[in-house]
Amino acid sequence: MQRRASARTASILLGIALASLCFGCSWVLGDTPMSTVHPTTPEGRLIQSIYAEITWIVLAIFIVVEGLLLYAILRFRQKPGDAGVPDQVHGNTVLEVGWTIIPVLIVMAIAVPTLRGTCALQQPPAADALTVNVNGKQWWWEFEYPDYGIVTADELHLPTGRVANLMLRSDNVIHSFWVPRLMGKRDLVPSRGQRLWFTPEQPGWYVGQCAEMCGASHAFMGIRVKVDTPEEFAAWIESQKAPAKTAMTDPGFMAFMQAGCIACHAINFAGSPARQRVGPNLTHIGSHATLAAARFEMTPENLARWLRNPPAEKPGSLMPNLNLKDEQIAMLVSYLQNLK
Amino acid sequence: MATAAPLPQVEPAYSGSGVWSWLTTVDHKRIGILYGVTAFSFFLVGGLEALAIRAQLMRPEQHFVIGAAFNGLFTMHATTMIFLAIMPLGAAFFNYMIPLMIGARDVAFPRLNAFSYWVFLSGALLMNSFFVVGAFDAAPGWLSQIPNTGWFGYAPLTERQFSPNLAVDYWMIGLQILGVSSLAAGFNFIVTILNMRAPGMTMMRLPVFVWMTLVVQFLVVFAFPMITVGLILLTFDRFFGTNFYISGNGGDPLLWQHLFWLFGHPEVYILILPAMGIVSEVLPTFARKPLFGAPFVIFSGIVIGLLGFGVWSHHMFTTGLGPVADSAFAVTTMLIAIPTAVKIFNWIATLWGGQIVLKSPMYFALGFVALFIIGGLSGVMHASPPVDLHHQDSYFVVAHIHYVLFGGSIFGLFAGIYYWFPKMSGRMLDDGLGKLHFWLMFLAMNVTFFPMHFLGVDGMPRRIFTYYSSDGWDTWNLVASLGAFALGASMLIFLFNFFRALRSGAPAGNDPWDAATLEWATTSPPPLHDFDKIPVVTSSRPFWDAKYGGHGAPKAKQEAVGGHAAADHVVLPNPTIWPLVTALGILIFWTSFMLPDGPVFVVTGFGVLVLLFGLFSWLFEPLE
Repeated sequence: MQRRASARTASILLGIALASLCFGCSWVLGDTPMSTVHPTTPEGRLIQSIYAEITWIVLAIFIVVEGLLLYAILRFRQKPGDAGVPDQVHGNTVLEVGWTIIPVLIVMAIAVPTLRGTCALQQPPAADALTVNVNGKQWWWEFEYPDYGIVTADELHLPTGRVANLMLRSDNVIHSFWVPRLMGKRDLVPSRGQRLWFTPEQPGWYVGQCAEMCGASHAFMGIRVKVDTPEEFAAWIESQKAPAKTAMTDPGFMAFMQAGCIACHAINFAGSPARQRVGPNLTHIGSHATLAAARFEMTPENLARWLRNPPAEKPGSLMPNLNLKDEQIAMLVSYLQNLK
Repeated sequence: MATAAPLPQVEPAYSGSGVWSWLTTVDHKRIGILYGVTAFSFFLVGGLEALAIRAQLMRPEQHFVIGAAFNGLFTMHATTMIFLAIMPLGAAFFNYMIPLMIGARDVAFPRLNAFSYWVFLSGALLMNSFFVVGAFDAAPGWLSQIPNTGWFGYAPLTERQFSPNLAVDYWMIGLQILGVSSLAAGFNFIVTILNMRAPGMTMMRLPVFVWMTLVVQFLVVFAFPMITVGLILLTFDRFFGTNFYISGNGGDPLLWQHLFWLFGHPEVYILILPAMGIVSEVLPTFARKPLFGAPFVIFSGIVIGLLGFGVWSHHMFTTGLGPVADSAFAVTTMLIAIPTAVKIFNWIATLWGGQIVLKSPMYFALGFVALFIIGGLSGVMHASPPVDLHHQDSYFVVAHIHYVLFGGSIFGLFAGIYYWFPKMSGRMLDDGLGKLHFWLMFLAMNVTFFPMHFLGVDGMPRRIFTYYSSDGWDTWNLVASLGAFALGASMLIFLFNFFRALRSGAPAGNDPWDAATLEWATTSPPPLHDFDKIPVVTSSRPFWDAKYGGHGAPKAKQEAVGGHAAADHVVLPNPTIWPLVTALGILIFWTSFMLPDGPVFVVTGFGVLVLLFGLFSWLFEPLE
């Protein structure tokens, strides 16, 4: 009787826990922009298949072991009538061997797909892969397309149907490139060129973020990836190769030089004196959707806010407060907006 | 010793209660209390830091603590909890209980034991001195002086170029000093456990808590040299311009990661094995049965300790060590699941067929098992490198470590507090309040940390000081923060219960739980010399067998194993101030590196002199 009652209580309690867990999971594992369980690349789906298998195994173990624990607690608690001491059992070798072998088998079931996936994901990428050098900075990303001679920042464009081979580098601290819907993360360790490759399939915007603590504004080191169709990508490449629509005599460019922006930023056009690579290349900054490593949407108001006092918007920002006058800010905002 | 003529027992001079008696004590029980009180205070400090973190993350885009100050909060939260709360809370029980459980009168080196504590306190205070120093540093404010590079302090962020102020120095030098304390204590307890056992207390008759302590001390002795080396290299980089971790000049940031995790992973077992030991004492006592398969529990603890040295690179799967290294470390990591599972099955089998007495220590021990299962299973998930490419540095890992270290270590340590408080104080903690504490803490713990799994799956990186509403992380951050405040409230219940029990708790008697091990054979609290007569041990449950005759049939309870024959000639060491002075020398020596320009080397030299003077006086002081 007692045993049955305990078993019933245990199974009811566990059932409630499980139901809320499943309900919770389906409700909470939402379609967030950085969801790790909504992969859109073959490489991401390989991770997902291993992830799912291990998750189900682990959930099954969770139910069995917590169930046994709960049952034991309920079934064997001391009752008012209990006299003396219970049987003083010291152990049982058969049981010990049994519950050593079972975990061994489970570990093997997890290890085989794991090792297969580990090796598959670290093969060299296909020969026709698109190589992009990803340079982590405090706290922004520089993207360099060596095949096309393009340098841009914070927003990475990739075509569908072609392996993207990201060469991850840092000349400062360690960062980590993570756009979960495309691929798992990989660290940018100074002195070591790391590689991360995957094959984008679905056009659209993807959200990512630096995943290795890299200083005061680690939280504001966002990544945006725009996956284009091959045609869109070709057009984007052409637009990026084009020089900036500006000239030395442009009043906006004069303001850019006067304010001191030229000390760190480049704007490419024939004869341009702005060639520094300390900060992001601004040649086509007006075409970006976001600003300052996805800190803001690109709007005139946000651009003005950023120029007024960068460290107030991003703690520790290496772009200093230049104490610009309102007229300077207005001039720079309209100038940069038009660098499409 | 048993044949020595009984001599009148001498109460040593330091049985008083003044401050001086505490500064000079070499009594393992008093040092245990010092460790416990200090560690619990830091546990509360670390908890307040966690609450500030959760307050900042409760809603998106808040400005309560941001940037370097937020980084400081999570760095000091983790560093405090690991090095200043969980490790020394374990040390409190080692100190107080090990000699009692093995039937000894003190540890092997009582004065070295005092030295360990004072060095620990020096390192802990130095690490937290940014509160004081920063207060005088008007310009940037003290918040910018908090060590802020994360508890694993990855180079090159910790280098002078990227962290120019003193913040990292407090952390680096504080850790270095704490290492001295841990190493001294490690050797002390290894010798104590191997050499000070009562007659008949063979190794396989040692209580499992003592065994786990022994494993932990070997881990300390082999793991701490790694971080000592790592920190010395970092010290040279920061103070003397070397380039061990600076890649531009031929160094390698990954060297730090290897050294740190070669220490850091065994450190995780240093944190959990004492709790496993406590639970292995509490479960049998309250199930009124022996621990099921005790030799298997002991050997699985040893295996966990050994394997702990072969898994460090699973913290580095995302650094791209290559498929061979990743595969090897994935397999060794998964292997640890096997001895861990063996332990859990043996604990459940201990309950099976018992008469489970549900008192507050048992609640915490059962809570430990239930929560540790979850932490262990999520650990198996990120043992797989492909999965870890998502889990690493996400909130999933934050959830995992808190199920292991809070659900595991902290619940285990609370089981120990409720279990042994009567022995230490002679009074009982209120059982009803204890259960209330348990249920609030258990529920709040799950409300706080379980949603972090969801946040991790939803892609929230750890260590970010804010997020946007568009990220979709609002709900679970709010839930986790509310849980954290409830967790804080549960500590108030404990503190109330604790102070009330100290003043007016019911008298405990010698053996309130009808337990099996030797510490219950002496009075509560034990006399200065622990046992009137050194007990003679004939089984792994000496006190149980003394009470029940080893056959389950109750016999007349004895006051103590071996009866109350006149006390042996008790030889106890004199109280001494020199361990404290020596520790002070170490503190001055290390602090001198952090002083601003000026006659720094005078201070360094003074520190060395104090250290040598302390050691010299220590060596030439009469022992007893």
